[in-house]
Amino acid sequence: MSSALLYALAGVALCGIGLAGFLLLNHLLRRLLAFNLIGSGVFLVLVGLAQHRGGPDPVPQALVLTGIVVAIAATALAVVLIRRYFHLTGRTSFKAESEGDGGGAGS
Amino acid sequence: MAGLLFTPLAWASLSLLLDFRKGRCVSWLGMVIQVLVSLALWYAVMERGGFSYALGGWEAPLGIALRVDGLAVTFVLLTAAVATACGLHAGFYLDACKPWQRYFWPLFWFLWAGLNGVWLGADLFNLYVSLELISLAAVGLVALGGEAAALRAALRYLFAALLGSLAYLLGVALLYGRFGTLSLALIDEQLASCEPALIVALLLMLAGLALKTALFPLHGWLPPAHGIARSPVSALLSGLVVKASFYIAARLWLELGDRLGSPWLAQSIGALGAAAVVWGSWLAFRQPHLKQVVAYSSVAQIGYLFLLFPLTFAVAEPVSLLAQQGITLQVISHALAKAAMFLAAGNLILSIRSKRVDALAGVSHFLPFSLFSFGLAGVSLMGLPPSGGFAAKWLLLQASLASGQWWWVGVLLLGGVLAAAYVFRIYRASFLEVGDSDDFYHPPQSLEAIPMILALLALGLGLVAEPVLSVLSLPFEVTADVNEAQL
Amino acid sequence: MTATALLPLLALLTSLLAAVVIFVLPESSHRVRILVNLMAALLKLVIVALMTWGVFHGVDFSVSFTMLPGVSFMLRADALAMLFAGLSAVLWLFTTIYAIGYLEDSPNRSRFFGFFSLCVASTMGIALAGNMFTFFLFYEMLTLSTYPLVVHRGTEKALRAGRNYISYTLGGGVVLLLGIAWLHGLAGDLAFRETGHFQGADPALHGQLTLIFILLIAGLGVKAGMFPVHGWLPQAMVAPAPVSALLHAVAVVKAGAFGIVRVVYDVYGIDFAFMLGLLQPLAWLAAFTILYGSVRAMAQIDLKRRLAFSTISQVSYIILGVALFGPIGTVGGLVHLLHQGIMKITLFFCAGNYAETLGVHRVDELDGAGARMPATSTAFTLAALGMIGVPPLAGFVTKWMLGTGALATGVEWAVVVLLLSSLLNAAYFLPIVYRLWFCPVAAPWPGERRWGRLETSAWLFWPPLITTLMLVLVGLLAATAFSPLSWAQLIVVRMYLP
Repeated sequence: MSSALLYALAGVALCGIGLAGFLLLNHLLRRLLAFNLIGSGVFLVLVGLAQHRGGPDPVPQALVLTGIVVAIAATALAVVLIRRYFHLTGRTSFKAESEGDGGGAGS
Repeated sequence: MAGLLFTPLAWASLSLLLDFRKGRCVSWLGMVIQVLVSLALWYAVMERGGFSYALGGWEAPLGIALRVDGLAVTFVLLTAAVATACGLHAGFYLDACKPWQRYFWPLFWFLWAGLNGVWLGADLFNLYVSLELISLAAVGLVALGGEAAALRAALRYLFAALLGSLAYLLGVALLYGRFGTLSLALIDEQLASCEPALIVALLLMLAGLALKTALFPLHGWLPPAHGIARSPVSALLSGLVVKASFYIAARLWLELGDRLGSPWLAQSIGALGAAAVVWGSWLAFRQPHLKQVVAYSSVAQIGYLFLLFPLTFAVAEPVSLLAQQGITLQVISHALAKAAMFLAAGNLILSIRSKRVDALAGVSHFLPFSLFSFGLAGVSLMGLPPSGGFAAKWLLLQASLASGQWWWVGVLLLGGVLAAAYVFRIYRASFLEVGDSDDFYHPPQSLEAIPMILALLALGLGLVAEPVLSVLSLPFEVTADVNEAQL
Repeated sequence: MTATALLPLLALLTSLLAAVVIFVLPESSHRVRILVNLMAALLKLVIVALMTWGVFHGVDFSVSFTMLPGVSFMLRADALAMLFAGLSAVLWLFTTIYAIGYLEDSPNRSRFFGFFSLCVASTMGIALAGNMFTFFLFYEMLTLSTYPLVVHRGTEKALRAGRNYISYTLGGGVVLLLGIAWLHGLAGDLAFRETGHFQGADPALHGQLTLIFILLIAGLGVKAGMFPVHGWLPQAMVAPAPVSALLHAVAVVKAGAFGIVRVVYDVYGIDFAFMLGLLQPLAWLAAFTILYGSVRAMAQIDLKRRLAFSTISQVSYIILGVALFGPIGTVGGLVHLLHQGIMKITLFFCAGNYAETLGVHRVDELDGAGARMPATSTAFTLAALGMIGVPPLAGFVTKWMLGTGALATGVEWAVVVLLLSSLLNAAYFLPIVYRLWFCPVAAPWPGERRWGRLETSAWLFWPPLITTLMLVLVGLLAATAFSPLSWAQLIVVRMYLP
């Protein structure tokens, strides 16, 4: 087993852990962290699997860099929304609300 | 070319610095330019056929490669039309006094840039970046309402979109690991046989994209988000945003599906689409709120799109072409009709000051214009002639009959009946005459004209379907003169 | 674009443009709206007359363009098309006049007349459609544009009837669409042709073609009010009288019947349809509907409901004529398309006049109305006698043709059905006539209104009289060159002797 493949398998494992967290956890921040975990796992797979040119391949590096930027932006947006949501409702999860899906439609 | 991708970003940055009114002026100017550029590109493709273009002279894999063909340019033009309508409507509709509304314009432009990126993108990773740009902008737009319910819907949307993107990205990673390239065309060339890892990659990508497109049973996030957003935002989201992820899924399937797919996979995706048609329509019929009706109708209409998968798998070339044309028409007509419907619904809600369907009683003689737009858009959703929806349905019917998959015929016909049920429920509510229904607010005429134009476009699409579809089959030249494309 | 291509388009556009103008006009501009309505109706009449003259002399009016891959939008004026187009152009004019008077001072007139014009545009499109696809286009447009007319009053009852109407017609539309799409997949884009398309069709296809035929007839039968799927028609009577008149005499039920004629003759070809053994069951169904409608009509107290069941019965005469498989029967069926339209519209005008002038809706309240409204009652009486088939009125001509047609092809039972039906017609129409003229006024009219010198408003007064004159004339002058009968003979000659 090469080290690259090891990385990739670790990435897959991270993805699995993240996915489980994403689906099972209620707290919004925890879900966000779980999402970040999946993201890291995917990046690891990307770097680990893609060693094609007999040495370090620049393309996956560039991709992962871009991916990290996107993930940071998404995380920042999510944090802002969660914070605002917490300020307005005092809640940190979607649960414990009785009215179901969204209820009212905005104008 | 570059203009289509980067000027929206420039407009976004510029309008970020301005307040709502100034941002509106800048954006309206920007829209005019975008429409003109889109038209020019369309004209260029009409004249010379499709071409590839490397942005800034940087070749793939590190640069950004663009691929311009008839389909892409049609969608670029569609985006320009729908986004311009929504932008104009938003300029009148949104309350300029609320300070956070000024973020509408930058988000709007980011969204537009992302959409053009998806239509024109030629490699899998750039498609990912564009998709993320769209998702983030769309979530921001949903949250623009500011109230807790809007934030809740936005967060649910964000989580669904992120999960979908990562599943897609994981699939991209697997493909890159196998082929060492991200270009869809090159992968297509190298792909010889079917390997389990590749099937996993395709499944991951399709699942992620299906989540982002809100395919049944992954549609839970869509109705709250589309229902709660401001009307012009809902129109953008339902009309364009969900189509972007579907577009990528369709391109993957058409390029790689013949070797990686299986009849089982194709039929089960189609079955999910059929379930979406039935279930979405039924829920739309049951909703008490006007915009929720329209939002669930999107779930149903998206279901039709996924009939592309079974109808293009292992069938004769002409049948596959029929199905592709039908789906393309369905995308275009749904974009126009649903945008018109959301905008008209927004006007109706302004007018009756309530979000409920049963509050519409008596509105038919105070606001016939918006109601009429709503109705015309409904004609297209029901798939009645001469609308684009009918043309799409006709082509899909022909494709299912010709491929012997007659069970989809039932879905198509049943879907039309169910759509009629929820559309006529709205008509029925608005035609009811009650004694004390004089208390209506009249929205300005410019608000009423915009959905009308979109609805008429959706309705007339059926009559000009042939010329629209002929653009799709234009030849594609790989060696095009790059300089000429530098619009 | 030449004049031959332009005229069919213009015939369509006159009412389409009128609809657009009327929608845009503000609710308060009555005079402009009336002017637009009447101008459009007159213009259309002129265009249709020109085209009829042209078709008689063998000019080919057609226009077509490709709408979808493999399907074209096609308008074409043949003799059969002109029969229906002529009917709707003439009766539209009178119904418009009548509707203007009927809806005076009522709300939502802009909406009403807009959809009214749209409805006539669809009818014109149905008449001029050159292939099944185009036919379907306008057929569904008709469904949509009549819905707001049916629910015009906006009451719970009207809305319920509207829902019923739309469920039936859209359901029928779906079945029809399935049939058309299947047929298209099998045989490609089929333009209507006088001799049909399947003369020497592959026997392997016969099973499929039979199934498609059943689908098409079932889909069209909904609008034509054929027996198991007629339920919407009596309910739709809550609509204002001009709408009922339009629905029954010109637009909806006739569109269904006209479609059946098109399918049997111009798509399948009469010989081929006969060979498949499809005409016999169709004739039985039509005969049953004729008797069923008449029997149900006798039990109705409400005047308009009685007329509605009468329509169910009468429209099936057309289908019976088609299904008899012989030139004379066909002439009878086709000419009934026109004659029944004129008679039924007269009856509905009169029923509307009683409702508007006297506030009378039920048959048992009509006692002595003949003395109060002699002109309207005369019109009603003549139209009712025509329906029964008293010579020399319009209805007699059709029944005579149908009867001789049935005898000529050896279908004696059809003659029995016709005679029975005439008896039943007499049984439900003559009591009304008797009450009108010979019963004394029992109670004061529930809601009497007065309009100066005439017995009712002038807008309401003249249209039934003119249509009555027409129904007498088409009967008396049936043998002359330009009567509907001669025109139907012209169509049939072109169908049977290509």
